[in-house]
Amino acid sequence: MAKDEFQSRAFKVVGTRVPRPDGLDKVTGRARYGADMSAPGMLIGLCLRSPHAHARIVSIDTSQAEAMTGVKAVVTRADFTVTPEDQGTRDILDNVMAGEKALYDGHTVAAVAATSRSVALAALKAIKVEYEVLPHVIDVDEAMKPGAPVLHEGRQQESVPEGYSQNVLARSQYGHGDVAAGFAKADLVIERSFTTAATHQGYIEPHACLATMGNDGQGDLWCCTQGHYMVRNTCSAILGMDAGRLKVTASEIGGGFGGKTTVFLEPVALMLSKKTGKPVKMTMAREEVLRASGPTSSTSIDIKIGITKDGKITAAQGDFRYQSGAFYAMNGALGAMCGFAPYDLENVETVGWEVVTNRPKAAAYRAPGAPMAAFAVESVMDELAKELGLDPIELRLMNAADEGTKSAYGPTYPAIGLKATLEAAKAHPHWSAPLGPNQGRGMGCGFWFNFGGDTCVSLMINPDGTVSLSEGNPDIGGSRASMSMMAAEELGIPYEQVRTVIADTATLGQNEVTDGSRVTFAVGLATIKAARHAIEIMKARAAQVWGIAPEAVEWVDGAAQPAGPNAGKFPPMTLKEIAATASNTGGPIAGHFEVNAEGAGVSFGTHIADTEVDPETGAVKVLRYTVFQDAGKAVHPDYVEGQLQGGAVQGIGWALNEEYIYGEDGTLQNAGYLDYRIPVASDLPMIDPVILEIPNPGHPYGVRGVGETGIVPPLATLANAVSRAAGVRMTSLPMSPPKLLAAIKAR
Amino acid sequence: MSRIHVTTTINGDSVDYLCEAGDTLLDVLRDQLDLTGSKEGCASGDCGACSVMLDGRLVCACLVLGAEAEGRSVETIEGMADGETLHPLQKNFIDKAALQCGICTPGILVAAKDLLARNPDPTEEEVRYWLAGNLCRCTGYDKIIRTVLETAAEMRGAA
Amino acid sequence: MRFETPQTIEAAVALLAAEQGARVLAGGTDLLVRLRAGQIAPSTIVDIKRITGIAEITAEDGGWRIGAGVSCAAMGEHAGLRADYPGVVEGAELIGSTQVQGRCTMVGNLCNAGPAGDSVPAMVAAGATVRIAGPAGTRDMAVLDIPQGPGKNALAAGEFVTSVFLPARAPRSADAYLRFIPRTEMDIAVVGCAVNVILEEDGTVACAGVSLGAVAPKVLLVAEAAEALIGTKCDDAALAACAAAATAAATPIDDKRGTVAFRKDVAGVLARRAARLAYTRALGDPS
Ligand SMILES: Cc1cc2nc3c(=O)[nH]c(=O)nc-3n(C[C@H](O)[C@H](O)[C@H](O)COP(=O)(O)OP(=O)(O)OC[C@H]3O[C@@H](n4cnc5c(N)ncnc54)[C@H](O)[C@@H]3O)c2cc1C
Ligand code: FES
Ligand code: FES
Repeated sequence: MAKDEFQSRAFKVVGTRVPRPDGLDKVTGRARYGADMSAPGMLIGLCLRSPHAHARIVSIDTSQAEAMTGVKAVVTRADFTVTPEDQGTRDILDNVMAGEKALYDGHTVAAVAATSRSVALAALKAIKVEYEVLPHVIDVDEAMKPGAPVLHEGRQQESVPEGYSQNVLARSQYGHGDVAAGFAKADLVIERSFTTAATHQGYIEPHACLATMGNDGQGDLWCCTQGHYMVRNTCSAILGMDAGRLKVTASEIGGGFGGKTTVFLEPVALMLSKKTGKPVKMTMAREEVLRASGPTSSTSIDIKIGITKDGKITAAQGDFRYQSGAFYAMNGALGAMCGFAPYDLENVETVGWEVVTNRPKAAAYRAPGAPMAAFAVESVMDELAKELGLDPIELRLMNAADEGTKSAYGPTYPAIGLKATLEAAKAHPHWSAPLGPNQGRGMGCGFWFNFGGDTCVSLMINPDGTVSLSEGNPDIGGSRASMSMMAAEELGIPYEQVRTVIADTATLGQNEVTDGSRVTFAVGLATIKAARHAIEIMKARAAQVWGIAPEAVEWVDGAAQPAGPNAGKFPPMTLKEIAATASNTGGPIAGHFEVNAEGAGVSFGTHIADTEVDPETGAVKVLRYTVFQDAGKAVHPDYVEGQLQGGAVQGIGWALNEEYIYGEDGTLQNAGYLDYRIPVASDLPMIDPVILEIPNPGHPYGVRGVGETGIVPPLATLANAVSRAAGVRMTSLPMSPPKLLAAIKAR
Repeated sequence: MSRIHVTTTINGDSVDYLCEAGDTLLDVLRDQLDLTGSKEGCASGDCGACSVMLDGRLVCACLVLGAEAEGRSVETIEGMADGETLHPLQKNFIDKAALQCGICTPGILVAAKDLLARNPDPTEEEVRYWLAGNLCRCTGYDKIIRTVLETAAEMRGAA
Repeated sequence: MRFETPQTIEAAVALLAAEQGARVLAGGTDLLVRLRAGQIAPSTIVDIKRITGIAEITAEDGGWRIGAGVSCAAMGEHAGLRADYPGVVEGAELIGSTQVQGRCTMVGNLCNAGPAGDSVPAMVAAGATVRIAGPAGTRDMAVLDIPQGPGKNALAAGEFVTSVFLPARAPRSADAYLRFIPRTEMDIAVVGCAVNVILEEDGTVACAGVSLGAVAPKVLLVAEAAEALIGTKCDDAALAACAAAATAAATPIDDKRGTVAFRKDVAGVLARRAARLAYTRALGDPS
C-alpha cells in the first residue's frame, strides 16, 4: 500500500458527532451480547478447573458424572483427537483443555453439558481428578533462574543464551549505535529497576458462546469475540473440520481490550455440542474470567539512560523481562520495541524476554507490552529532569522523535505527532496550574504502532438509494457509525442513508481481529475503496444512459455529472436515480474491497496528571487528568475522546490498585471485582481529552488508530505525579496504599 | 426438585414463573422471561450491570432471589422507554456518546433514572458516588457523568 | 432447598429450629454471594423480611430500635436516627453500592461476622444491644458479644436477631465512623474505626468508646484508646495517645487487602481522625 494515500480535503460527514446505529438497541436492552442468545433444546456447559497452580493429571474419572440424570456429555482432553499443525494453535488447545499437566490455577481439565446449570454444577462435583501436585513458579525473575520449576521441556528458542531456565522461551534485541560510547559521553547516568503486576482487561461482559454442531459436520457458533474469523479458523483447526463448514457470528461485544482476541470456551462448547448433538451454551463466571482468561504480563524491567548537562540523551538501554503465563506470547519484545520509541536516540539497545510461569496465558491488553515499558522509561526520564532541574516536557521535546528519526526499534518515522502532543501539553493551562500541599504533577509519553491487516468490505447500493455496508470486525466502540460516516463521505450522501452491519464468517471474506487499533484505519480504508469501486460502477451507468464515455463522468456531491467537454450537457444523476434504474442499466450495483492494509500510522500520546497523596495512609486521589493524542483524523470525535478517556482510566487503575495477587500455593487470591479493584466512578475526575490531527500519510482521510495509545502513558504519568507528591520515587506498580505508605515512611 | 410458583409485576405487567429456590431474580429475568437487557457481569453485586428497581428501590437483580419477587413490582431496562418515546437519559446516552460497548448501559440507565427521580439536581460528586456500584470499563465514566448531569438540567428545564 | 417467608417471629423461629441447615435471609447481600459461590448449601432459606414490623425504626426509651429488616438505605433516610447516631448511620451507609444499600441490613452485617463489617464498630462503640428470638424466648445481648470469629456468631440453634437497640442519647454526645479502603467505594474495609463520646458541660470527655474493625478476627473495643480521651478535650496529646493505643491493640494479618504494618498504622490514624470528628460533632458542630 502506498504511503501517499492521504489527500487533504474538506469533510462533510467525517468529523461530526452523529448518533450510532446500534444506539437504540443498546439503551433499551434489546442488543444481544454473548450470553443473550439461546436455542431450543439448549444445554448448559460448564468447565471443571484445576485448583492447583501446577500439577500432573494422573487420572480423570467421569463415569459418575456421566451417569447422572440430565448430564448429556462430559469432555476431557481425550476427546480432542486432532493435533493442530502450528504450535500457536496447539498452545491454544492446551490452554482451553489441559493435556498432561494443569499449568495454572483455573486451567480447564474437563467440561460437562447438562440440562440445567444446577445439574451441570452437580456433575462437575462428581468428576474425580487425581492430581500429582508439582512445584510452581509465579514470579518472572524467579522463573528465569536455572532450577526454577519448568513448565514445558524443549520449547526454548535459539535466541536464549545459556544459563537460563527452560521457562525462558525467547530473547529479542533491538537498537542501534554504540551504547557504551554513549554512556561514556554522559554527564549523568541514571539506572533503575522496576516491576509491574499483572492486570486484567476487566471487560464487564464475561466470555460466552452458543455452539451448535450437527453430525453433518457443519457448525454454527455465536460468541462475543473481537474476531469471529479468528474464532472460526482456530476452532476448525482444533476440531479438525473445514473452516468453511463452521459459521461464526459475532454477538454484540461487551468490551474486549485485547482479551477477546483468542478463544477459551468456544472449542469446548463445539466439542460438547458435537458429542450431544444439541446446542450448548457456555458462559464464564467472573471468577473464571479472572482465573482463566488472558490477563497481561507482569514485568521486571531495568532502564539506564545517560544524558548531558543540557539535556541531550547520549545513550539508552533497557532489559524487559515479561512473563506471559503458561504459554509463549510476544510481549517482552513489544516492550523492548516501544519503551524508547518516543525518542530520537543516537545509541540505544533493548532486550526483551518471554518467560512462562504458572499463570493463565497472557492475552493482548490494549497496546500489549507497551504501558509497562513506558512506565519504566518515563520514570527515569522524570528523574533525569528533576536532577537536571529541567521542565519534564522540555526534556522530552529536546529528545523527541520526529519525521525522519530512526526509531529505537528500527524503522524511520514518516510524519508523526509526538512533538505536537508535547507542545500542546506545554501550552495547556493544566501544565501551569498551581498545586497545593501533598500534591504532585506528573507527565509521560507513550507510543503504539497501530496495525492494518486483512480486511474485506462489501457495499451494496440498494434500489431505493440507501446503502448497506458489510464489514467483518465486531464493533466495540462505535465503529459501525464510523464506517457509515466514511462511506457517506465518499459517496456524497447523508449519513442516515448508510447502514453498516457486521457480517458473519459465511457472508464476507477473511478479516483480521478487531485489534491493533486497526478498524477505523483498515476497515475505513477498505470502506472508502469499496465506495470508490461503487462510484466507478455508478459513473459507468450514468455514462451509459448519457451515451458518453465513463471517463467523461465525475462524481460530485452524491451524483454523477458529465465533465470536461460534456459538462452541463446533462443534468446530474444522483445516486438515488442511478440506483432506481440499475436493473435496466446492467443490474444491481455493489462495490467491494479486499486488502492486507499497510500504512497504519504510529501514534503518540502525552498525558498530564495531578495527584494528592495522604501521607498518613498512602491513599492517592487523582485530581486532574489531561490526555493529548494524535488521532490522524478523528472520524467521530466523541468516540475518539471515549477511547482516550477509557484508555487513560484503565491505565490509572493499573497504576494505582489493580493487580493479580497470588498466594503461597500459586492460587489467585482476588478473582472478583471486589478485590480486583478497577476504578469506580467516584475514584476519578473528568478526563480531559485533547485531540490532535496530524494526518497519517497511509490513509485517504489521514486516519490513525486511536484505541490503544491511550493506555500507554498513564502508568508513568501517575507514577511521576505520585512520586512528586509523596517525595519518594515509586518503582513498583501498583502504587497501592500499603506500598506507598511503606515508601513514605522509609523516605 | 420442586419449584416455586411466583406471581409478580414486571414493567407493569403481571407475570408468573416457576423458579428454583436458589435462582436469582437475574436468572429468572434472563433465562426464563427472556428479558436479557439486564446483564450479568459478576453475579456478586459488584458491577451493577443487573440493576433493576424492586418496589421502588434500586437493587442488583443478582442479589435478589427469584422467589423474593412474589407480590412485588420489578422494573427493568425493558420498561424504561414509554413505547416509542425514549426516556431523556436513553436519548442523551446515544446523542452524547455515553456508551462504548454498551454492556454497562442498561444498569447505568436504571440507576441514573432512580437518582434523578430522587434528586433532580445532583452534583457531579453525587452522581459519581450514586453510580459507584455500576462499573464501566470502556468510557472512563467521563461522558456518562456529563450526560447524567446534562440530562438532569434538561429535565429540570422541561419540568 | 426450600424458600420460606414467615409472617411472624414465632413462625420464623419454628422454621429455623426445625432444621439445622435453615438460614436466615435478610438483605441477601452476603448470603446470595456465598450461595452462588457454592460456599453454603442451606436446606431452607428463611426470608425474614415479611415478618410484621421487622422493617421499622421505632423510638424506645429515648433511644432507637432498628428492626432486622431495615435496609441501610432506610437508616440513612431517617432524620432522627441520623441526628442521634451519625457514626452508626455512616457505618451502615458505607456498605456497598447504592444497589447494595437498598437491601443490606446492619443485623446481616453483624451476624455474618466478617471481621471488616462496616456497621459493627459504631454499634459497639455506642454500646448497642440486639434482641434475639429463639425457641426459648427472647433475650438481649451486647453487639460486642455477637461475633465470635470470622464467620462465627454467638446465636444458638433456632435463634435469630429481631432488632438492634441504640441507647438514649445523652446531651453533648456524638459518634463517628471512618474506614480506609484503597478506592473510594466498593471495597471491604482494610481498617475501620468508630468513636463515640459523651462530653461534660465544659467540653471534657466524660465517657468514650473506641472500636476497631478489620484488624483482628472480630471487632475490638479498645478500652485504652477510650481512656486516652476521657478527661481531655481531645487535644493533640490525647488524640496521639488514643492513636497509639489503637495501633497497639490491633492484631491484624497480612492479606490481599493490606499488610500488618499498614493496618496497625492506619488504625491509629483513623482513631485520631474519628475521635476528632466525634468530638467536634458532640460540641455541636454537625459536620
Ligand atoms: C458488592 C458488595 C459490597 C459490599 N460492601 C460492603 C462494605 O463496604 N462493608 C461491609 O461491611 N459489607 C459489605 N458487603 C457485605 C454485605 O453487604 C453486608 O455484610 C451486609 O450488611 C449484609 O446484610 P444483609 O442483610 O444483606 O445480610 P444477608 O446476606 O441476608 O445475611 C448475612 C448473614 O447473616 C445472617 N443473618 C442475616 N440476618 C440475620 C438475623 N436477623 N439473625 C440471624 N442471622 C442473620 C444470614 O443468615 C447470613 O449468614 C458488601 C457486599 C456486596 C455484595
Ligand atoms: S451481575 Fe449483578 S452486580 Fe454484577
Ligand atoms: S460502555 Fe463498555 S462497560 Fe461501559
